Amino acid sequence: MEALTGLLTFEDYGALVSLLLNSILAAALLGVVGGLVSVFVMTRDIAFAVHGIAELSFAGAGLFLLVGMDVVLGSFVGSILAAIIIAVGGVRDSEKNAIIGVLMPFGLGLGILFLALYDGRAANKFGLLTGQIVAISDDQLRLLVICAILVLVTLAIVWRPLMFASLDPQVAQARGVRVGTLHIVFMITLGLAVALSVQVVGVLLVLALLVTPAAAATQVTASPILTPILSVIFAVVSSVGGVLIALGSPVVPISPFVTTISFAIYAVCRIVGRRRMARHVRARTQRESDLDLHPSLR
Amino acid sequence: MSGPDDRSPILEVNDAELRFGERVVWHHLSLDVQPGEFVAVLGPNGTGKTSLLRAMLGQHRLRSGTIRVNGHAPRSGDRDLGYIPQQRGMDRDTPMRGRDLVRLGLDGHRWGWWPLRSADRERIDELIDAVGARDYADSPVGLLSGGEQQRLRVAQALVGQPRILLCDEPLLSLDMHHQRRVAALIDQMRRSRDTAVVFVTHEINPILPYVDRVLYLAGGHHLIGPPREVMTTQSLSRLFGTHIEVVEVGGRLVIVGGEDHHHPHEEDAIARHEAAVLAEGRDA
Repeated sequence: MEALTGLLTFEDYGALVSLLLNSILAAALLGVVGGLVSVFVMTRDIAFAVHGIAELSFAGAGLFLLVGMDVVLGSFVGSILAAIIIAVGGVRDSEKNAIIGVLMPFGLGLGILFLALYDGRAANKFGLLTGQIVAISDDQLRLLVICAILVLVTLAIVWRPLMFASLDPQVAQARGVRVGTLHIVFMITLGLAVALSVQVVGVLLVLALLVTPAAAATQVTASPILTPILSVIFAVVSSVGGVLIALGSPVVPISPFVTTISFAIYAVCRIVGRRRMARHVRARTQRESDLDLHPSLR
Repeated sequence: MSGPDDRSPILEVNDAELRFGERVVWHHLSLDVQPGEFVAVLGPNGTGKTSLLRAMLGQHRLRSGTIRVNGHAPRSGDRDLGYIPQQRGMDRDTPMRGRDLVRLGLDGHRWGWWPLRSADRERIDELIDAVGARDYADSPVGLLSGGEQQRLRVAQALVGQPRILLCDEPLLSLDMHHQRRVAALIDQMRRSRDTAVVFVTHEINPILPYVDRVLYLAGGHHLIGPPREVMTTQSLSRLFGTHIEVVEVGGRLVIVGGEDHHHPHEEDAIARHEAAVLAEGRDA
């Protein structure tokens, strides 16, 4: 019990909340962005790319930390560079995955090198990998807000053709959708979203906000409108909830709380969604057997 | 329905030649397709069947000759063309229901995200009924059978009221039972809507009852005519320059020798070219 109270103390909680308003805002922002972007991460099946981008984001942040520039800016630069390299790197899926697989350890290695050379505070070093939102300055918040708005506006414009291109690239191309251009636009958007996520949950845990929310939402609905809405709600609950709980803990960082909430939501959706899936599969079996029974229905 | 020949063609291919690099894919290709006509495009792998569709879609440029789609040159995003691809499994968790897939054919290419107009909603409902997909229009597409997905793709291709339906092996990877149903559906749709159909396939039997004319491509050469004239031992042997046996077994045509007679290196060349075109498209 004593160990538990050591982990969580909610004394002076109100004061902490107002002190860390920036962090809470950043978390909420990230929730909205992550929830929407994760819908496409899932339909385009690029979770691996998300992880690859995150590790180059880490290298960028490490470099900027080493040379005394802004860490948040550094992680944005790293992310976007990685996103562009992955976007133009290969045509076939296997080629793309190979490129990501090559980039990932290289980025992580570079990051570790930069941090090893840096002789500032150790907390900064670890924070990049596992989340560091507690000390977000007004300037950094401004950068996060600008990038988040950029992501949201871009997604609002390209949403429908991007969804078309993600689900059915051949037909989309035949209908005149610029599949190739959209791919690059989306990857850059993803780069921004990853850099945002790195600030809250750290390099190693970005998938909790860029994959899990949409994966959870699609367990309970297939509606193209409800899916992004639920995904955003799940992501905001995870990120803001994680920050709020973490404020009460002097020792545990934010990310475990975020990932745990995110995972719990997924698990619940999965259980709720099982009956729905079973119902649809049963209906399909029924339809197919009807056709076999009554040739006239053909 | 009036005979197909007494009206002006909806699709004209005039002395067209397509090359990938120095290799001639097909040349001296001329074909007029009437509204409501069903043309099957057959031939071994790598003879440019899909490339022909792509040329019509404005994705490949001809070396010489012309293609006119409803009187105009091929262009990207042409509303006169509907397109049905090969069936491809969709993930179970695809965030889309049957009717949403159909809707993509109407406004999937448009920017922004506006609500559906009621006229468009009616059009989507009409198509869903027409392809017999009402029972599963609100089910997640990832949980439908391959045949059901293809019916929805037929509706998706037709919802924009195209004049020509381009089909690229839409029956491939369906079982025989679904192949028959989807083929019959496409036939019924082209009759009721007077839509011309250009149907690329390597297997003519599922569509044999519906085909008006066959375009058989092989090694840069081709044959055009009614199936009874093209799909014969004599015609195909001449086209391939080697003995091809066409046998009728229980109403099905069995071709012995034709599918084996292709040039693997040419096929590779086409595959490489297609990959390059795709890369251009992506990196554009």
